[in-house]
Amino acid sequence: MKFVQNIFDKTRPLVEKDGKRNILYPLHNALETMAFVPDHTTHSGAHVRDAIDLKRTMVTVIFAMVPALLFGMWNIGRLHFAAIGEEAALLDSFLFGALKMLPLITVTYAAGLGVEIFFSWKRNHPVNEGFLVSGLLIPMIMPVDIPLWMVAVSTIFAVLIGKEVFGGTGMNLLNPALTARAFAFFAYPTWMSGDQVWINTKGGEVVDGYSGATALGDLATTVGQGMGNPATDAVMAQFGSGGHYSFMNAFLGLIPGSIGETSALLILLGGLFLVFKGVGSWKIMLSFFIGGFVMAGIFNVFAVNEFMGLNPLHQLMLGGFIFGMVFMATDPVSAAQTESGKYIYGFLAGFFGIMIRVFNPAYPEGIMLAILFMNVMAPLIDYYVVEANIKRRAKRVAHA
Amino acid sequence: MSQTFKIRKGYDIKLVGEASSNDLGQYSPSTYAVSPLDFPGITPKLAVKAGAKVLAGETLFFDKDRPEVKICAPVSGEVAEIKRGAKRKILAVLLLADSEVSYANHGAFDLKKGNREAAASHFSNTGVGAFITTRPYGVAASMNEQPRDIFVNGVQSGPLNGDLATQLAGKGEAVQAAINALTLMTTGKVYLSHDADVPAVAELQVEGATHVSFSGKHPKGLVGTQIAKAAPINKGEVVWTVNAVDLPIIGRAFLTGEYAPEYKVAITGSKSMNTGYATMLQGVSLNGFISANMNTQNTRIISGDVLTGTQQATDGFLSFGKAQLTAIPEGNQTEFFGWVLPGFGKFSTNRAFWGWLFPNRKYDLDTNMHGEERAFVVSGEYEKFIPMDIFPQQLLRSILIRDIEKMEQLGIYEVVPEDFAIAEVACTSKLPLQQIVRDGLNDLRKEMM
Repeated sequence: MKFVQNIFDKTRPLVEKDGKRNILYPLHNALETMAFVPDHTTHSGAHVRDAIDLKRTMVTVIFAMVPALLFGMWNIGRLHFAAIGEEAALLDSFLFGALKMLPLITVTYAAGLGVEIFFSWKRNHPVNEGFLVSGLLIPMIMPVDIPLWMVAVSTIFAVLIGKEVFGGTGMNLLNPALTARAFAFFAYPTWMSGDQVWINTKGGEVVDGYSGATALGDLATTVGQGMGNPATDAVMAQFGSGGHYSFMNAFLGLIPGSIGETSALLILLGGLFLVFKGVGSWKIMLSFFIGGFVMAGIFNVFAVNEFMGLNPLHQLMLGGFIFGMVFMATDPVSAAQTESGKYIYGFLAGFFGIMIRVFNPAYPEGIMLAILFMNVMAPLIDYYVVEANIKRRAKRVAHA
Repeated sequence: MSQTFKIRKGYDIKLVGEASSNDLGQYSPSTYAVSPLDFPGITPKLAVKAGAKVLAGETLFFDKDRPEVKICAPVSGEVAEIKRGAKRKILAVLLLADSEVSYANHGAFDLKKGNREAAASHFSNTGVGAFITTRPYGVAASMNEQPRDIFVNGVQSGPLNGDLATQLAGKGEAVQAAINALTLMTTGKVYLSHDADVPAVAELQVEGATHVSFSGKHPKGLVGTQIAKAAPINKGEVVWTVNAVDLPIIGRAFLTGEYAPEYKVAITGSKSMNTGYATMLQGVSLNGFISANMNTQNTRIISGDVLTGTQQATDGFLSFGKAQLTAIPEGNQTEFFGWVLPGFGKFSTNRAFWGWLFPNRKYDLDTNMHGEERAFVVSGEYEKFIPMDIFPQQLLRSILIRDIEKMEQLGIYEVVPEDFAIAEVACTSKLPLQQIVRDGLNDLRKEMM
């Protein structure tokens, strides 16, 4: 690997402090430390260190996302060919999706890392790894046909306003990936919701009976119709076994939705990997699931429409619930940071997610809003957890 | 029957290069050094000049603000040089030892009749008071303080720590005397901790102490952990801590009036060609010993263990209060895509690398950082290694923003830097936790004085 090292050594004078291309120093440093774990040795405190660093943590998360990502690519193509009534082989579907997905990923990384590198240069610190994950999460939670410039603008907004104004990685209040999605959702609503955006139908006539809606979009139409209304039968039939949105289809991910969010199975697999690797917090995931289940259960018991009456487990398999649980709520920076706080944070995020989804059909994707809301609340939760410790300590003084 | 506490949070870093039972004999060259840098929180004021003759146990320097804190000469001889750094900061007092050590006579102390006042001045004058550390702040104790309790740490569970039974062998009488002397200094208890996972050390079965036992993982061997479990420190309280390995030195100063800081130093680490125990005085010049017993090619020499020890040059000196030398390889090499590879052979406290498949493997760790420093990102990481009722990350943050009130509320009085050592090793963001805590304690102390 000597020649790689040589390239870095040769180009270093160009980007160093007095070099002509100093603005590229963070990029040079990022690439070099990516290629080679640096030769830095310990100079204070403990003399040996764990092999783990933030790069390892982040790449572990990326590995966990890969199955859902690949499935998402395939699902794009599958839905496309089904919508226009063409038979397609597995590989064709996958390639179709990959060609849709790669530009999205490229644009997101380019836009986000551009902002990161600029700030690294301004602030004179190395590029942080946080965006490696955000940059892959953002395309996975977008609809397939969103214009690339919207993705770029949303990403830049998220990195700039969601992260850098707070001081960069580790200081942000909100999850950057969700900030990007929320920005796109409110800035370009016609591209982010409805029944036109989830399936690419270009290049063919849609087949009879095609609906481009998502399961949640369809469920939202049942609100206000009461329980057991024959008008909702057609919709609800899709949720029975054999329907488009059957539990099994939702669990496996054979339904329309944001690119990477549909396959509960593969996302859960990624979640298990994260928990097993000690990178994702099982406390948040578990309490998030329980929170959502409790809310869905309450709705189920007191249902006044079919949306509320949906089987709680089925409810959780739809939309971004599982994706949010595994990859969004667990972002260690924007989540609660105390161990007992994590239970509260996760529970409420899941709980509110289902509540928003069902009570406000205008926002079928309640999970995003719930997690962002809990991101804002997380410091407050931590505050009370820490305050309890302070009180306990103060009490000890009083007794002593 | 003593109380036993099980320490579940923590981590045993398993390294190759454990001290064998070999006796490497006495090592007594002619140069010695005592460095004020070994005593955080002390502003040294010299009591001797270059060229002066000193006896073992005569004061070399003392703390300007607390003159009763005295640091004494480990050997008799001549003050060869006062080594100074920038702004004339005293780095070390170098001594040229006589061939035969002669001791300053402080007189034997009658432990049966002695009172606190007399014991305090005996501690101070003989130099053994310097072996007592005070909490809060983790600095050398002033004998004028009234400690609530005294904790004597008889657990050595850090990486490659020596075997206390070997190090204390045959010194039972002095150990008992030291405990008796410490008992005079507090109206509270003198706690003596034992490692429940190793055979009991006969020399530590002493009278007059409250015995407590600890089993489980390191940091069971940190006195901070032991205090937190047995009797936590509250704001306004002072607790003294002493290492059991120092007890014979304290005991001898009371029995005979002589200051002889002699240790059976555990020689450890993968770069040690001969591991075992060597008898040395504190402050001894390590030059000859290292070249004879260690592979010095790209090696880091540490006085103490890899968690809390201090780095020494190959011509360095044995730091104060350390009964261990560790030699490990320097890690000044890059690694191609080291962060992506599976890492079956890598040391990690969590499962992000596949090395966890081999939990009992001993590692030959080097000093590489394995990454660059970052802001706090991961949460819940430090808690796994600090078995105390504190919130480590929140405490560290309060120190970084210099919020004195928050530091107090979050329990800074209960900790010293070493309590954060394992967390520092594990830290994904590679932050200097021990230095942060030391800075926080210094700030707090300045505020209080």
